[in-house]
Amino acid sequence: MGKLFSGAEIVFKVLEHHKVEHIFGYPGGAVLPIYDELKNHKTIKHILARHEQGAGHAAEGYARSSGKPGVMLVTSGPGATNAVTALTDAYMDSVPIVCISGQVPTHLIGTDAFQECDTTGITRPCTKHNWLVKDVKDLADVIDRAFEIATTGRPGPVLVDIPKDIQFKKTEFILKNKKKKQVNGKLNGKVSNTEIDKIISMMKKSSRPIFYTGGGVINSGPEASKLLRELVALTGFPITSTLQGLGAYPGDDPLFLGMLGMHGTYEANNAMYSCDLMINIGARFDDRITGKVDEFSPKSKKIHVDIDPSSIGKNIKVDLAVVSDVESFLKTLNKRFKEKNKDFLNSNKSNISTWWKDIDKWRQKKSLGYKNSKEVIKPQYAVQRLYELSKDKDAYITTEVGQHQMWAAQHYKFSKPNRWMTSGGLGTMGYGLPAAVGVQVANPGKLVIDIAGEASVLMTMQEMSTAVQYNLPIKIFILNNQYMGMVRQWQELLHEKNYSESYTAALPDFVKLAEAYGCVGIQAKKPDELDEKINEMINVNKPVIFDCLVDPMENCFPMIPSGKPHNQMLLGPEDEKEEVSDEGKTLV
Amino acid sequence: MGKSKSAYSEPGKLGKSEHHIIVVWVDNEAGVLARVAGLFSGRGYNIESLAVAEVDKKKHISRITIVTSGTPQVIEQIKLQLRKLVPVHKVADFKRNDPKILFKELALFKVVSSKKNREKAKKVCKRYNSIILDKSKNSFVIQVTALRRDIDKLIETLGPLGLVSASRTGAVAMTRGSEIFK
Repeated sequence: MGKLFSGAEIVFKVLEHHKVEHIFGYPGGAVLPIYDELKNHKTIKHILARHEQGAGHAAEGYARSSGKPGVMLVTSGPGATNAVTALTDAYMDSVPIVCISGQVPTHLIGTDAFQECDTTGITRPCTKHNWLVKDVKDLADVIDRAFEIATTGRPGPVLVDIPKDIQFKKTEFILKNKKKKQVNGKLNGKVSNTEIDKIISMMKKSSRPIFYTGGGVINSGPEASKLLRELVALTGFPITSTLQGLGAYPGDDPLFLGMLGMHGTYEANNAMYSCDLMINIGARFDDRITGKVDEFSPKSKKIHVDIDPSSIGKNIKVDLAVVSDVESFLKTLNKRFKEKNKDFLNSNKSNISTWWKDIDKWRQKKSLGYKNSKEVIKPQYAVQRLYELSKDKDAYITTEVGQHQMWAAQHYKFSKPNRWMTSGGLGTMGYGLPAAVGVQVANPGKLVIDIAGEASVLMTMQEMSTAVQYNLPIKIFILNNQYMGMVRQWQELLHEKNYSESYTAALPDFVKLAEAYGCVGIQAKKPDELDEKINEMINVNKPVIFDCLVDPMENCFPMIPSGKPHNQMLLGPEDEKEEVSDEGKTLV
Repeated sequence: MGKSKSAYSEPGKLGKSEHHIIVVWVDNEAGVLARVAGLFSGRGYNIESLAVAEVDKKKHISRITIVTSGTPQVIEQIKLQLRKLVPVHKVADFKRNDPKILFKELALFKVVSSKKNREKAKKVCKRYNSIILDKSKNSFVIQVTALRRDIDKLIETLGPLGLVSASRTGAVAMTRGSEIFK
């Protein structure tokens, strides 16, 4: 018999095996043996959050900005239930998270013991897979497999629930190097040349093509973004991106039409509606993108590349589907495309020139425009200034959820992947601040900004304390309009301006709040002081809460009212009056 | 403006719903049935009946047979979503009216009545491979194997003849001929 290790030791041995450097967590009765073991593993640093949801979002921010899985450690009962929002968020946005939770000792399971809950039952629908480990001999393999499942195929969260007695029990440490079973839809990963040739021939026949790319490009790794840029350069086709895909293609490139979808640009949405060939790479035809599915891009042939077979045909029927990782798909496609088509860019120029003329016409609408003011800070202007003053600093941006999130997506132009962390699928208010904590842990020395709303940020404000404890100089840039802005906007458009409970009548003094936490508070009230104060924020090497007082009644445009096809956007307040007729309102 | 106002789009046209039998081979481990059943309830799919038991003792493989209904798009999603579950090995799908497939359900009936009615009841069941499993002076328990709709009908017919209790399994399925589903 070899050396014996406790369950708690085995947890760390597997974490070390996977080169984990940081875990985000919160201790409690049922995980104490694991916390006790922490001191013996110097290569692993624990970041103490102030709430398990915060630990989870921090792990997400860590994972999305670094490409490595995020690891969290929570206790049983409330520890696990508090983690559920973050796990669901990670599930919706395909973020690899390994959550280790403590559980009451095995002999107490099912007795309604103190801090007991059915953790695997509760987290079953919000994880890719989960385990309750009832035998310490299984522990090493289960955690090993947890990492494999979280990071392969379409990434996502997994949870390993470890009863307290299993953490104490001893066994040998053996990691079976089993032949790995194919997971996640059992894809074979190979793209056939016949498929590739079909795609190339569709591309050559098209006179109104568009690339529609998503978070799958980011998840596939930085190489995928490079290959995407190469493909766009080879073809000269226009490209639009989903919220999660921003950064895969440079936001300031002339071939980029901006984000598409409910608050996407006029040119991107009209191009999606009018194209004859849509090439979807790593996006999932989400309902914020498609609007009414019956009228979604009616004239186009559609190609869909996705690593998750169940994403294909779920919302929109496509003409050609490829189940593949984006990087390996683009590698094959680009190579074949270059071999078969010399100088396609120039020879095809005339073929798509009318298409580009149409796009330019739509661009003339300047759909991201807004009426600026000298008296009051417009939120769009604040984001634009923030972008201009931070664009050379390779900044990492997180957001909360709401109007500010859409303004950030519209006006902050990303040039690199993994720089944009936002809660898209679940739409979790309170995501951005803890996510920024995780991003800063993964990227020390980098500029990390949470573009926030005052309502969202109050949901997880306690994590400022975490930022201060670990000297993480995150910048919380609050567009403070005193409303849950997006709720207020919908109430204005759909519910006759009945602003039911969307105004926060008592807000904290954010500057004093910052000081109470031990960080720096800055407030900006007027447009002309904005630049100076933003620079001040960027230059402070401490966590900052920036209270940017903005026009409270500003709405986020352009907008596709729900139920409308892509070619019927509201461009601004003037449009709104004409277009939201009674008939229109029922459709929204 | 009586109609609903929502931030979500209105439902599109629905395809025609059809009945399918989905057969799933899974690792027989804790919680696997909850994973499969939870997937159906969580995504709003129907389960008309469900039968599950271990079929390979050595490899611990269970076979789950689910009768469901949905549009072709929904049926496709059910299969793809099931394949994503980690303990799932393979998924087969048959239309209920597929002539190449055998379907059977088993039912137990307890009939308590006069001798005359019990004889009638026995006669009715005869066509469905009936076996008397238990007898007393005024009752019997009879086992039949048949299609779902036949069992539905039997229950109706047996009612006036003294049926006091019915217990039935979900459907199980198998292909005809020498082929097996890979």
